[in-house]
Amino acid sequence: MPRETLDREIHHLQDEVLLLGSMVEQAMSASVEALRKRDLESSRRIYRDDRLINEKRFAIENAILVLIATQQPMAHDLRFLAAILEVITELERMGDYAKGIAKINSLLGDDANLSTIRDISRMSEISVSMLHRALGAFVAEDDMLARAIPVEDDLVDDLYNQIYRSLVSSMIADPATIDHANYLLWAAHNLERMADRVTNICERTVFIATGELMELSSSDDEDQFDNI
Amino acid sequence: MNPETNAKYAIETRDMDFYYGNFRAVKNVNLQFERQKISAIIGPSGCGKSTVLRSFNRMNDFIPGTRVKGEILFHGQNLYDPQVDPVQVRRLIGMVFQKPNPFPKTIYENVAWGARINGIPGIMDELVEESLVKAALWDEVKDDLRKNALALSGGQQQRLCIARALAVRPEIILMDEPCSALDPIATLKIEELMRDLSKNYTIIIVTHNMQQAARASDYTAFFTMEQDRAGVMVEYGQTGQIFTNPRDKRTEDYITGRFG
Repeated sequence: MPRETLDREIHHLQDEVLLLGSMVEQAMSASVEALRKRDLESSRRIYRDDRLINEKRFAIENAILVLIATQQPMAHDLRFLAAILEVITELERMGDYAKGIAKINSLLGDDANLSTIRDISRMSEISVSMLHRALGAFVAEDDMLARAIPVEDDLVDDLYNQIYRSLVSSMIADPATIDHANYLLWAAHNLERMADRVTNICERTVFIATGELMELSSSDDEDQFDNI
Repeated sequence: MNPETNAKYAIETRDMDFYYGNFRAVKNVNLQFERQKISAIIGPSGCGKSTVLRSFNRMNDFIPGTRVKGEILFHGQNLYDPQVDPVQVRRLIGMVFQKPNPFPKTIYENVAWGARINGIPGIMDELVEESLVKAALWDEVKDDLRKNALALSGGQQQRLCIARALAVRPEIILMDEPCSALDPIATLKIEELMRDLSKNYTIIIVTHNMQQAARASDYTAFFTMEQDRAGVMVEYGQTGQIFTNPRDKRTEDYITGRFG
């Protein structure tokens, strides 16, 4: 095989993307769990450890640039490396969402009403599961699986809308809850955005497998503007 | 061959086969080269890419026992029709080779020679200057036109060969690995020159250097060799598409270094 170096580096990068993905999955699950348990120590650790996610992302980005400069990848290899650049950016932003939720835990007062936390936890479970499978599809270059995942974004959106209504009602009923209800809305919004970013990862999988750059829509796309 | 005809393509092959004696070296090539574009032909050694290129200006006529089947159309006429004059073909379809091959004469004579024997009209000094300017060599040699061409650097010699080809007013310039003997800077100069020349000429280049094809061409054709050792054209398309998303697995394997 005349291209052992490139193949070896590409396998290594696949592993690194999976590793970064699992760091993000863990951070997100743990940040929502810490919120549910009001575990400030855990939130503090998640907040601090976001820098490890950022460092890993930069290390992968750097390795890709070196590979492009030294190996001149073409065709599928080039698409794969370009796609990773996008995917790690999405993952790094998801890490920021987890960090944001960790911060929210520290901002919520002791008397915060956590009646929406079950739905927030459910959003987290679905989003993390979507991410996990999206990364599996990414490394397997399974575009059929990647096309099937974004549909689940609707579940996350439904939960978000439910949480939104519940929190707005509580703010109207008792203006003293406005602060912490806003914080929780922020947490839910982070999870809603995370699921959207999973869709972006799925789009990159389709790109690697087929060479096509296309939007994978879920039902909340712009063509449904009137239904907002 | 009527240069006034407005054929859609600079050169078009139809079911072209090429034989060395009984050996079919290239089979079933159907290609259409766009006018005033740079088209690259890539592929592993022995895939017939140079053979195809040389057949476009009947250079293979010099090799006994060779023949072309099918058609190679230039201005709507098959280049291999009996009434076609191969000398006229080579004037309209010029060629630049792998190794720069200037004559052991002055720079001036190298450019003027072809024009003189082809009876190109006009003032010779002007034609020499115009050709050297077009070949991006004028500024480097204008004070030394009587110097022996062999004293030039490799890159300059290659540009001189391009000037020599331009002096006979061709329509198409064929380039067979024109940079393989040059350093990277001289190579980039030739590639920039090709881009410039493509405003007025059609350029077809054979290259082993895939990066060069990717950098310098508008269209790329990938050739490979089949079981019977005959070269075939696998895929032809816009260079951007060929190098990011080739349709054929054999193209993908070749340009990603899995084969060839």
